[in-house]
Amino acid sequence: MATLDGFGRPADVPWWVGLVLLPLLNLLAAFVIAGGVIWVLGVDPVAALKVLVWGAFGDTDLIGFTLYYTTNFIFAGLAVAIAFHCGLFNIGGEGQAYIAGLGVGLVGLAMGGWPWPVVMAVAVISAALFGGIWALVPAWLQAYRGSHIVITTIMFNFIAASIMNYVMVDVLIAPGQQAPESRAFDPSTHLPSLQDLLALFGIRSRTSFLNVSFLLAVACCVAFWVFVWHTRWGYGIRTVGQNERAAVYAGIRPGHMIMLAMVISGALAGLVAVNVLLGAQHRIILNYTGGVGFVGIAVALMGRNHPLGIFLSALLFGALYQGGSELNFEFPKLSTEMVVVIQGLIILFAGALENLFRPQVEALFRRRLRAAA
Amino acid sequence: MIVRGIAVAGLALAVSTGAAQAQSVPAVIFDMGGKFDKSFNEAAYNGAERFKREFNVEYREFEISNEAQREQAQVNMVRRGANLVVAIGFAQAAAVTKNAAENPNVRFCIIDSVVNAPNVRSYTFKEHEGSYLVGMAAAMASKTGKVGFVGGMDIPLIRNFAFGYEQGAKAVNPQIEVFQNMTGTTPAAWRDPTRGGELARSQFDRGADVVYAAAGATGLGVLQAAADLNRLAIGVDSNQNHLHPGKVLTSMLKRVDTAVYTCMKDAHENKWTAGALRLGVAEDGVGWALDQNNRPLISADMERRITEARQKIISGEITVRPYQQ
Repeated sequence: MATLDGFGRPADVPWWVGLVLLPLLNLLAAFVIAGGVIWVLGVDPVAALKVLVWGAFGDTDLIGFTLYYTTNFIFAGLAVAIAFHCGLFNIGGEGQAYIAGLGVGLVGLAMGGWPWPVVMAVAVISAALFGGIWALVPAWLQAYRGSHIVITTIMFNFIAASIMNYVMVDVLIAPGQQAPESRAFDPSTHLPSLQDLLALFGIRSRTSFLNVSFLLAVACCVAFWVFVWHTRWGYGIRTVGQNERAAVYAGIRPGHMIMLAMVISGALAGLVAVNVLLGAQHRIILNYTGGVGFVGIAVALMGRNHPLGIFLSALLFGALYQGGSELNFEFPKLSTEMVVVIQGLIILFAGALENLFRPQVEALFRRRLRAAA
Repeated sequence: MIVRGIAVAGLALAVSTGAAQAQSVPAVIFDMGGKFDKSFNEAAYNGAERFKREFNVEYREFEISNEAQREQAQVNMVRRGANLVVAIGFAQAAAVTKNAAENPNVRFCIIDSVVNAPNVRSYTFKEHEGSYLVGMAAAMASKTGKVGFVGGMDIPLIRNFAFGYEQGAKAVNPQIEVFQNMTGTTPAAWRDPTRGGELARSQFDRGADVVYAAAGATGLGVLQAAADLNRLAIGVDSNQNHLHPGKVLTSMLKRVDTAVYTCMKDAHENKWTAGALRLGVAEDGVGWALDQNNRPLISADMERRITEARQKIISGEITVRPYQQ
């Protein structure tokens, strides 16, 4: 292993520093600050942490909810990551997932009576189509018209929200009802919960939203890894992401790769709808995404755009999301807004400030390595 | 076993004293707009607090902050041992329907919607009757012959407020002009005071001098606009007269507090029954507010005519038509 090999090139630090130590340090910092805020509010931070951990992993039900949210975050994180590999910042996961809800919802409403595997297969395709097409327009604008993808995807979030408002309020609202919700899907279309599966292993669980979409999410992680690192298209996407001009010299057309990456990104984001609508809510409701697409950005950042990392960070965010909501039940003093603040702090430290401790920690390791050499 | 132990420890850690020994364990789930919206949800909160004071029984509470939470919030309450879940607001109807079927041993109360199940008690209100009374007050207080209405989310429930209001105003002055605006079509319309204020201002600009807000927390903007422009507003659900004394003509009281209180009390005293209750003026479910804050605004003549109309609604001499059916 090279330590100091020539001018200007910093020495290598052990691989686990970037992948394990730094995320843990960031997480710790976030917890310390969040704990301080909780303490200022007059709640014992240790008790709050206990409830947070209990709320996420305390019994099989709670673990079920944690994994249910993890499923959402895996899809959203993979969606952001594939775009990252192509050098694109897809902020539109929220809108792509939301519009995909229409695709899933129409399938759920129309296919009453069909067995669930068929419904799920059609719903997955429909969700991927709706989400993918929703991402295709900003992708085309980026690839061939130079409109910045950050601007266009965020605009498309608003367009998606407006379209869904219209559809829910004026078209799909269940008759004789005041809330803008569609009628419930036929029970035959409901995805089986994983409780039924766990029961085979003797694990008893009553009610959680966890369903077979979780297995789909895990499969997507594997497929993501194969696609990005072991296919021609994945190679093309990564090349364009690292150097667009070099890609052209290599015979890769950047425009195609940008469109491909964004369609896959939108399709992955769209799968959130399968988990939430077909797996849990069993009807189309307004704003069912609730910010999942945005959390996906933090998940991808923290997971270093690698499926294994994304799985782990999605699990962390799932646990925070579930445990955080339990906090609100146990400590009325910690209002809903407060829980959002705590989650925001963790996103800030783990996602946005990922380089906060990096220079110091890496310098420390280099000094030690140099001393050893 | 260990997992269960931790779970129990976690619960024990959180449950404060009092709830454990009583056989009724109530939980209240507020809807979007928030517990302290000074209107609909706050009325529910006041009812729950009254129950807590009188019976010394703690209750659990939760505020919905996004649409996807409703179902899980109820499930969470049941898992925490709640055997009475009071769901505030029609938006929770779908979740109540589902959870009531899955938890036949848990009692549910729902406000503003009807869920037909053997373990659900539904409370709805004759908002049109209460709105009729404040509509009369508005018409009598108006000097311009124009009054306004700002609704929250555009749904039949809120149109029912507007419909009764208009009937009341026209009963006093058949020529009166009633402006109507809705804040939006989604639940976000319950918590947008800025837009509420703008809608009220536009109605004031068009010549209205009394505006009735039926819009949850959005209504706070309407009341503020009236106070700023030195006009009059009418509050809703809770008594909002004190928010801007002398600038709030009256408030249409919708006794969500009584409904929540009665539901919790009946469950506590084992007198709870399922079924649909519809509360109007006769049941004191809706009414109008008169206190020291708006006393100077209500003349003796106004008070007499409104009280008379109230009696006539009870006796059936006046029928206020609801928006639906």
